[in-house]
Amino acid sequence: MAKSRASGRPFRLFRNINAKLAAIPMILTAMVVFVGFSAWTITYSFTRSRLLPKLDFVGLGQYERLWASDKWLISIQNLVIFGICMLVLSFVIGFLLACLLDQKIRFEGVFRTILLYPFALSFVVTGLVWQWILNPDFGIQSIIRGMGWQSFTFDPLNDGRIVIFGVVIAALWQGTGFVMVLMLAGLRGIDDEIWKASRVDGVPAWKTYLFVVVPMLRPVFVTTLVIVTAGIVKVYDLVVAQTGGGPGIASEVPAKYVYDQMFLNQNLGQGFAASTMMLLTVAIIIIPWAYLEFGGRRRG
Amino acid sequence: MKASFLIGATVTCLAGGVQATEIEVTHWWTSGGEAAAVAEFAKAFDASGNKWVDGAIAGSGGVARPVMISRITGRDPMGATQFNHGQQAQELVEAGLMRSLEEVAQADGWRDVVHPASILKSCEIDGQIYCVPVNIHSQLWLWLSNAAFEKAGLPVPKDWNELVAAAPKLREAGIQPLVIGQQPWQAGLVLQNLIAAVAGPEIYGKVLSEKNLEAVDGPEMAKVFEALQTARELSTGSNVQEWNQATAMIINGTAGGQIMGDWAQGEFAIAEQVAGKDYTCLPALGMGEIVSTGGDAFYFPKVDDPAITKAQEDLARVMISPEAQVAFNLKKGSMPVRGDVNLDAANDCMRKGLDVLANGAIVEAQDQALSADASTQFNDLMIQFFNQPDMTTEDAKAGLKDILEFDS
Repeated sequence: MAKSRASGRPFRLFRNINAKLAAIPMILTAMVVFVGFSAWTITYSFTRSRLLPKLDFVGLGQYERLWASDKWLISIQNLVIFGICMLVLSFVIGFLLACLLDQKIRFEGVFRTILLYPFALSFVVTGLVWQWILNPDFGIQSIIRGMGWQSFTFDPLNDGRIVIFGVVIAALWQGTGFVMVLMLAGLRGIDDEIWKASRVDGVPAWKTYLFVVVPMLRPVFVTTLVIVTAGIVKVYDLVVAQTGGGPGIASEVPAKYVYDQMFLNQNLGQGFAASTMMLLTVAIIIIPWAYLEFGGRRRG
Repeated sequence: MKASFLIGATVTCLAGGVQATEIEVTHWWTSGGEAAAVAEFAKAFDASGNKWVDGAIAGSGGVARPVMISRITGRDPMGATQFNHGQQAQELVEAGLMRSLEEVAQADGWRDVVHPASILKSCEIDGQIYCVPVNIHSQLWLWLSNAAFEKAGLPVPKDWNELVAAAPKLREAGIQPLVIGQQPWQAGLVLQNLIAAVAGPEIYGKVLSEKNLEAVDGPEMAKVFEALQTARELSTGSNVQEWNQATAMIINGTAGGQIMGDWAQGEFAIAEQVAGKDYTCLPALGMGEIVSTGGDAFYFPKVDDPAITKAQEDLARVMISPEAQVAFNLKKGSMPVRGDVNLDAANDCMRKGLDVLANGAIVEAQDQALSADASTQFNDLMIQFFNQPDMTTEDAKAGLKDILEFDS
């Protein structure tokens, strides 16, 4: 900014004109696809649209039905549990694994590949694999019972109270490797001088990690947070493949609610209302954060 | 699969002037018996000088319908497409996207040959017929495993009440008294069956077809909700997902009974089980002579090409012809939509169904009575009931009333 003022160009609009022209298609896409279609969706969420969109307004009717629906309330509850578990556990486990790999161990490449491998699988495959692993008749439960512990019971997918944790296990298995790799990249970017300095001062390694390295990794954490959170909000295929929303409606999630309403119930209005609520929730979380993260810096 | 789908689409588009007799037909019949059945239609249609281009969509109706609907609304229509007759395609018709078959129906006198008449009524919107019904699937059946009852040392029950009475003994013998798959529609079937069997066809019509809320509060429905509570107790511990996995438990004798539509017969046939000897089928839970008239129908999207329009009419005529009806329904395990055909090759259970269809009470299937929205909510309510032991029958009743009120 300071530089441009020094050069004293009168029209800021024409500055860097090539780059601006090049960005126009993307800006248009973003405006039409994201802003335009979101506005369209929000408008139609106030209508009685069934199979086809119709401008037959019912006010807040769709929202009243949405918030009276057990299925939706359970979806929200599941998303919160799933989100918190995923964020906390994938960060903690991912960071620990990254620190362990960072100890200049032998065969690091092999371990990294093994740990990252599940990330190469789609959620559908992950869901099916874990559906089998958690199946009481031929998964973990039967193996442990086979080893002699007859009373062992581990059957999360058939118990509505804990089924969402079964989904969390599968999601962690799939996603933690990726978090680990991001963190590892961050750790590798830490200057060796810092390690030397802390060693000279006699600070234990764990303290250096916690109080020196973690604050320095802030940009990596933010990137990871955005990626993991986006994955949490849109979780759909994993649930469909692993539990189908069951048992009963115990593992429903909002994205599945939207799809089911739009295509199974043939009730577009209700689906739009639910997706608008999802957008609103994300906006409530993202906007203050983005304001703090980017807005503050520009002023400073 | 996908490739054939795309080729099918291209062929329909190109077919225009040159070889206008090819039309693409989309459907979701992909299991062994279903594919064999639909091949009968293809054969008969090809024999009429046209060409059937198969557009099977794997998955179930829930997967296939969104694809079909988006192709029709996206102005890339196929020549003909399957739906369950009832309200699934109603809005497409109202939006003017489907063609009326009224002329063909009048010329060929469909209103006289189709039995029961309610089937054709489901195809009728504003006095015009928009679809060809091809089969009837009754969803009101109880399937029992003879082997399971033998193992528990009990006679095979003759109705629902006897199954309930036999349940404790079955449990003792390590047998699941009633198996219900974890998909919502299977739980929905249970309530549908209980209403028809326990409260009777008249109340069934009042509740589901007329959406009469007073009937829901009536004494007959109170018995239904009691039976629903019992069904939940009987089904506790059943963990299978798919309906055919549940049927497999009946076949191998690890479960006593399953409430399922007559398509379950296909599974028994593949396992080479004999009706009456290995398994028993009871229409309307053995408590009455009732069938429901669910089933499949073909709809024809509106197209401008006269050659395709002509081929659509040919296809409609083929599908409802007596020969194709017999060939198709024998393979599909469903009942024909016309009473004037001869089904000598039908097995015992199907014959029972045909008898009831001819002489007994006929009620609308869920897809006919309720909109897709209400129907899905109905199923969700039931799967929730079966999985939440703390949900009372009062909750279920209130939920049902909400759904019916919203739909009427």
